[in-house]
Amino acid sequence: MICLNDVSVHAGPFRLEGIHLVIPSGDYAVLMGKTGAGKTSLLEAIIGFKAVTAGTICLAGRDVTRENPALRGIGYLPQDGALFSTMTVEENLAFALRVRKVDKRRIVSRVRDLAELMGIGQLLSRKPHGLSGGERQRVALGRALAFEPSILCLDEPLSALDSEMREQILQLLLTIKRMKGVTTLHVTHDLGEAARLADRLFRLVDGKVEIADPIPAREVHSQREVQPSVDPCSI
Amino acid sequence: MSDFPDLKSGLTGDEKRACSITIANRAFVVSFVLIGATYILLILGMLIADGAYVFEQSKSKARKSPHFWASMMSDNPIAVSLRDPKIQYSIWLSMISCTLAAILSVLFAVPLGYVLSRIPFRGRNFVDAFLDIPIVLPPLIVGLSLLILFQFAPFKWVARSIVYQIPAVILAQWAVSCAYAVRTMKMTFDQINPRCEQVAISLGCSRFQAFSWVTFPEARLGLLTAFTLAWARSLGEFGPLLIFAGATRMKTEVLSTSVFLEMNVGNIEGAVAVSLLMIFASIVVLMITRYASNPSADGKAAVLP
Repeated sequence: MICLNDVSVHAGPFRLEGIHLVIPSGDYAVLMGKTGAGKTSLLEAIIGFKAVTAGTICLAGRDVTRENPALRGIGYLPQDGALFSTMTVEENLAFALRVRKVDKRRIVSRVRDLAELMGIGQLLSRKPHGLSGGERQRVALGRALAFEPSILCLDEPLSALDSEMREQILQLLLTIKRMKGVTTLHVTHDLGEAARLADRLFRLVDGKVEIADPIPAREVHSQREVQPSVDPCSI
Repeated sequence: MSDFPDLKSGLTGDEKRACSITIANRAFVVSFVLIGATYILLILGMLIADGAYVFEQSKSKARKSPHFWASMMSDNPIAVSLRDPKIQYSIWLSMISCTLAAILSVLFAVPLGYVLSRIPFRGRNFVDAFLDIPIVLPPLIVGLSLLILFQFAPFKWVARSIVYQIPAVILAQWAVSCAYAVRTMKMTFDQINPRCEQVAISLGCSRFQAFSWVTFPEARLGLLTAFTLAWARSLGEFGPLLIFAGATRMKTEVLSTSVFLEMNVGNIEGAVAVSLLMIFASIVVLMITRYASNPSADGKAAVLP
């Protein structure tokens, strides 16, 4: 369970104030909002990279407002994957277990299971350099799930992918949602992703979180055409 | 414009414009290349002149000897310098002091570069600019300032075993070269995605673990660049050494001091020979640095049509 109570976050030029957000255990929540609305700042506050100026954050019934991000036990997948480039895929997947000083044999078997689930068994000895965008996200997702966190935070995990890869990773996220029952907070600006994945949908508008009704998938389709996945200005 | 053909030349306005743009573009590129080439020729000329001077000297000496080629090999100024125990001492001291200064520089540059790159604090920009002082300060002033610093406690207590001694050589080299290493390390850490470190922390690492397992291994090429840059900087150091360490033969004499001392006694051949040794060392260092900072950079430059 993720529970934000009256949380305030200062994020550069704007501030989020009085944020209330409750995501029950095992639910897949999607937080939507325009670019620059503060979605990532809120996510960072939950993970612990950004200090909150007021309010409390509870994860799985524990107040973690002042807790170090290393102890919060959140699996985190950033937009660009942020793979450890000097390590092989296998070492990336094993990282959280190595930090926890897990027995070597258990690490090997856990990594093998993860690689199978993510469909990256053939990549284990490769370095991240030269992997495709989709492969990178699979590795990053596997790495975040390695220590079996009860909470998963995904920051626009599909936005850097082409449409084919996007569909594949979306299917993978659906599989994980079904299998693991991890409480997930998925940040995106894409209605299509939200409609396919969300048990609960939230919108961040003008520094406030609003509960939005899940949207039927077919309404979304036309809207997705309008929203280019890549910002045309950045090309 | 194109609807009104110019009667005299038979070209339309657009055609004339296209023609003048082509000429202007060519003139622009040619003039920039020529200006750039002048400087490149100057560098090349200096290096060739040093080599040619030593070659001419060797040849004129060898002509007087019955065995021309044997004399060319053994009596050329470089060989003579290398046989000189004073120069041998100076080479060894240079190698050792530059290496120690470079190691010290990197030891300080890694934490300092990391703090400047990753940890926001009030006055960070000021500290960043402050660290340029050793780079922009006139070298003699660095030496003089070090000398004055050792007039005061607690430095005064150890001044006798440092000032005008070998430690002064290393200290003076380090004082300047560290600033270059810090610049390089800060740039290196700036270029490494901070998200990776955040992910590592979210996976259960302490900051030190995240640094040593994730960020530091990614910075290894930058570290090599910082080391070689500091080494090369130390090799070329002269002004601060002259004031802070002195120029005593067989004691605080490094290669740059040797060049100065040889010139002072009128041995230009010897000075040029030692210079060639330093040029060789610098080129090796330059090649390592270029390779380390960008192993596959060739042909990646943006090309304008």
